Amino acid sequence: MSEFQVVGHSVTKYDALALATGEARFTDDFPHEGFLELALLWSSHAHAEIVSLDTSEAEGVPGVVAIFSAANVPRVLYTSAGQGAPEPSPYDMVLFDTTVRHVGDRVALVAAESLAAAREAVGKIRVEWKPLPPLFDAEAARDEGAPKLHGGDHHAPLPVPYDPGHNLAASVSFDFGDREGAFDRATRVEEHEYRVQYASHCALEPHAALASFDERGRLVLVSSTQVPFHARRITARVLQIPTGMVRVIKPRIGGGFGGKQEVLIEPLVALAAWRTKRPCRLVLSREEVFVSGRTRHPVRLRLRTGADPRGNLTALDLDALMGAGAYGPHALTVLSMVGGKTLPLFNKIPAMRFQGNSVYTNLPVGGAYRGYGATQGFFALNQQIDMHAREAGEDVISWIKRQTIRAGETSPVFKALGEGKEGVDQIVRSCALEACLDRGAEAIGWKEKRGRRLCPTPDTVRGVGVAVAMQGSAIPSIDLASVSLKMNEDGSFNLLAGAADLGTGADTALGQIVAEVLTVPTEKIVVLSGDTDVTPFDVGAYASSTTYLSGKAAEKAARDVASQILAVGARMLEVPREELTLAAGRVCHAPSGRSVSLEEVACDALYARDQHQIQASASHVAPESPPPFLAQFAEVEVDRRTGHLRVIKFVSAVDCGQPIHPALAEGQVEGAALNGIGYALWEEYRFDGQGRLTNPNFWDYKIPGVRDLPEMVTILVPSSEPSGPFGAKSVSEIGINGPGPAIANAFFDATGVRLFDQPFTPEKVLRALREAGGS
Amino acid sequence: MLNEEDRRITGTFSVNGRSRSWSFSPEATLLHVLRDHGHTEVKNGCEEGECGACLVLLDGKPVPSCQVFAATARDREITTVRALGTIHAPHPIQEAFVEVGAVQCGFCTPGIVLATAALLRENPNPSDEDIIHALDGQKCRCTGYVKIIEAVRLAARRGRHE
Repeated sequence: MSEFQVVGHSVTKYDALALATGEARFTDDFPHEGFLELALLWSSHAHAEIVSLDTSEAEGVPGVVAIFSAANVPRVLYTSAGQGAPEPSPYDMVLFDTTVRHVGDRVALVAAESLAAAREAVGKIRVEWKPLPPLFDAEAARDEGAPKLHGGDHHAPLPVPYDPGHNLAASVSFDFGDREGAFDRATRVEEHEYRVQYASHCALEPHAALASFDERGRLVLVSSTQVPFHARRITARVLQIPTGMVRVIKPRIGGGFGGKQEVLIEPLVALAAWRTKRPCRLVLSREEVFVSGRTRHPVRLRLRTGADPRGNLTALDLDALMGAGAYGPHALTVLSMVGGKTLPLFNKIPAMRFQGNSVYTNLPVGGAYRGYGATQGFFALNQQIDMHAREAGEDVISWIKRQTIRAGETSPVFKALGEGKEGVDQIVRSCALEACLDRGAEAIGWKEKRGRRLCPTPDTVRGVGVAVAMQGSAIPSIDLASVSLKMNEDGSFNLLAGAADLGTGADTALGQIVAEVLTVPTEKIVVLSGDTDVTPFDVGAYASSTTYLSGKAAEKAARDVASQILAVGARMLEVPREELTLAAGRVCHAPSGRSVSLEEVACDALYARDQHQIQASASHVAPESPPPFLAQFAEVEVDRRTGHLRVIKFVSAVDCGQPIHPALAEGQVEGAALNGIGYALWEEYRFDGQGRLTNPNFWDYKIPGVRDLPEMVTILVPSSEPSGPFGAKSVSEIGINGPGPAIANAFFDATGVRLFDQPFTPEKVLRALREAGGS
Repeated sequence: MLNEEDRRITGTFSVNGRSRSWSFSPEATLLHVLRDHGHTEVKNGCEEGECGACLVLLDGKPVPSCQVFAATARDREITTVRALGTIHAPHPIQEAFVEVGAVQCGFCTPGIVLATAALLRENPNPSDEDIIHALDGQKCRCTGYVKIIEAVRLAARRGRHE
């Protein structure tokens, strides 16, 4: 049971019922009669120059109002990454360029009276192309003779490594300890190469945006965005209009997972509306989301680790080559987090090096995706620790307990790797990883199943594996969250939060935090979030920040309001304020047993004496980013005849500090885990020889369905983070980091064969089994 | 060539028990005709018949409305999630989804609630396999389905005890 009245209880999610009845509105559910419809011409070439673009025939299509391209749109360099300003991503794109860099790059935008007319006109735009040699192989990107994708005035707005002359969108490195000496002395050295692949977020709601005008002629955007304030800033900048001329409203969002941390289509609807002075609508098709949206960055990892005779790691060398795709949003920061959100977990290693390069290719553009580099890094690390533990003859669970970070400890990696600048030193103050391991092992049946190779049929064999992970909670000393809070006559409160609930239930979690402080039920808190005209600033929903960071801002504002309530109560009861407490929605004076209700306090303040609005605003920036921790366990069954690898049971045990809303926290982990299982087993982008995606739809790119769900166990392991609101840390991303390596480790447990290359399709599994001989 | 207005055809539909007369282009899908006439509770997730967000009941049978030409749905009974309940008078299935935390972003929820209603009407006592079969065409990226299945079980249990 929770020690709190509201926090730690699975209260009714504010928007759940309206969503279940279909009444809640997503972007494309807002009325758009009379809007111009937009359609895009996408590049069919991976790399080409536009020699000429003839729109004369397209302009003749009845209903066409305007066509935008490099010919008539000012060239403003920017990055679509929805990050703080200036962004740690290179300014390497413009709205419309005369060079296209991947199949699905933007060529032109048509605005017309109907979608049919817009699409017909797109088909009538004549483009003369000059094909350029394409670059598909990330390994060859830095070669002298490799085609160059960027150059000229493309630049990084922050002083970070950027070298387009070598197709380097970003690079990062750090080094400490006597690494080579440690490798020389190591009794066991493992060195392996791992690959993780391109993937799509597949939020069920495609990107959508509406642009219209308010009565002052300002642009009003309704958009499916995780970052309303960044979308406002970047859109205004690209259009070269003042930020104050743009309002961004985030309605209900149909999932994001990082895909909507990108300012992808807001500038397009804004441009079309601003230039035509007509309201405009753009909704991407599923195929357009696949080819022109952002993706999980593919990474090739080379990991070398040395161990002493007891199996303790003494040296580690990780080299990561990331395919940024055609442009570099998040190319630096995801790369940094391949090490930054993984290596601190193994803080006993005395010598370490991490080198990463993020290179341009003529393939789809990488971006933020739940896990943000940690998913890629942990795929390699978790398999390699499984190897070392086995060599040392030790159970991997006790090995992990000895070798991972604990409360009260730190890691030099925290400071070495930040997001666009140096990271911050921090001491981990809450860590229940040991308990996660114990409780997860119990739930999966570790002792009964590990190393047993149970064979339910002559062709099938089972195994179990484990993976551990951490993440962060917001970007330390960079991310800002703010809220304002005011009190109404009936003792209800309006919370205006800049945060962007993208379907996670963040509005409800923030409401719970305020309700806990004010000792009222969550029904008394009316939350409005993510409207740049109405709410104070917040960086938005990314980097696992909302509960921890926006939640702390909400707590601060609520404590300020609580103190104002007590001040009014003291005057009303004519007692010293220090003798008063808030309890069950009343201001109570324990010595006399007298009390006044919140309604009476509000009315007194609004209408009676010393009249004022009880209200507060608060901002929060965190000097640290406390990691949540988790252990995930997979039990798999392998069909040795067909190569079919099936997950039978999956256990996640997670330390997210004090869960604010346990059911929603579990839901975050369950959703992330199943997304991770799909990524491990079959989700991938498949390209033809011309760089075209051959599976840009849900038939050929399967996301897990209800039939793919293994027996799923989720355990919230209690801990309390001193810096978080009521002890909370983050929970939204971490659950996607373990499935790949846990499944690979379980496969090894079943077969004695390693899988280094995701996804583990039957073809690859069969090949691995055959190459290993036997089986 | 005829312009768009001249090519439009008309049809009468029974939507949630009300007779509606609409004109639409011959190639329009039921999904678009419904959404164009205010039925935004029917969601457009993929237009490929794969995600189930646009599910409606056509003469009582669940179908993805993006795969049905509106012309073929003329004079037939169409049920959207709006027929089940509202925020003022929710259906027990909707209440069950809310209660167990099965609604995250909620974009898939109307379709899944309708699929559940169709299942429970045919089979008030579904096994887990029956539930999986009924929800096989409904995709959700947020929840991992655990709490969705729990919600269907809860709704079924309550339905039997009514």
